[in-house]
Amino acid sequence: MEQSVSYTLDSTLDTVDHAEEKATRIATDIGFGEDEVMQISMAVRECAVNAVLHGNAYAPDKKVVLSFERTPEDLVITIRDQGKGIDLGGIPNPLAPENLLKTSGRGIFLMRSFMDVVEIRPSQTGTEIKLIKHVRGSSAAGKEASQ
Amino acid sequence: MSMKLSTRQVDGVTIVDCSGRITLGEGSVMMRDTVRDLLAKGNKKIVLNLGDVNYIDSSGIGELVSAFTTTKNQGGELKLLHLTKKVHDLLQITKLYTVFDVKDDETAAVKGFK
Repeated sequence: MEQSVSYTLDSTLDTVDHAEEKATRIATDIGFGEDEVMQISMAVRECAVNAVLHGNAYAPDKKVVLSFERTPEDLVITIRDQGKGIDLGGIPNPLAPENLLKTSGRGIFLMRSFMDVVEIRPSQTGTEIKLIKHVRGSSAAGKEASQ
Repeated sequence: MSMKLSTRQVDGVTIVDCSGRITLGEGSVMMRDTVRDLLAKGNKKIVLNLGDVNYIDSSGIGELVSAFTTTKNQGGELKLLHLTKKVHDLLQITKLYTVFDVKDDETAAVKGFK
């Protein structure tokens, strides 16, 4: 993978699939293990769903910007939409008993479960979410070292 | 790989064999329509066989919850069968594993209905 790569994508369901596919390919190329690749791709998928559905609300004039950066220690993925900005205080805990049987509201929880760092920066011109996965010695770096 | 669903009857129980991906869009819609159709036709003992489901996202999890609650609200019962490790792990971290009635054996699942 190049050190960084960026894509500007339409607000469609295809973008969600494409974002997931790109994350899977890049995480695999870097050398993450199978479980970590699945975690990264799922976190990116959930983030892309939020950007397309809740952020841009499928608006054809609004774009989703997806970027991947490989640093010596991390894979850093940033997804930015052009919506009204997520209300961080309005995100319910999906593990609370009263929310367990709700049919939505688990996306950010899954991102936080699967990534080492999740930073959410809402603004009036959109939301930017940064997903970071450390390249650990026992996974990607270890795999590279053993080859 | 998109989602495929097929249904069969075993001793009065409807087994829904699912394969592929249960994700936002087509996969979730197919799951929703199938369960609603079964309930509308009076089939209220349902087993979702997820043995060949290789991927599920939060929308898919939501669809499983919806299928479970919709069936229960109509006086029926819905069980999950043959979870793959990925689906099992997802239901664990979302604390839904103990909410669903999960089985590893189809015969036991069919006999387990009231």
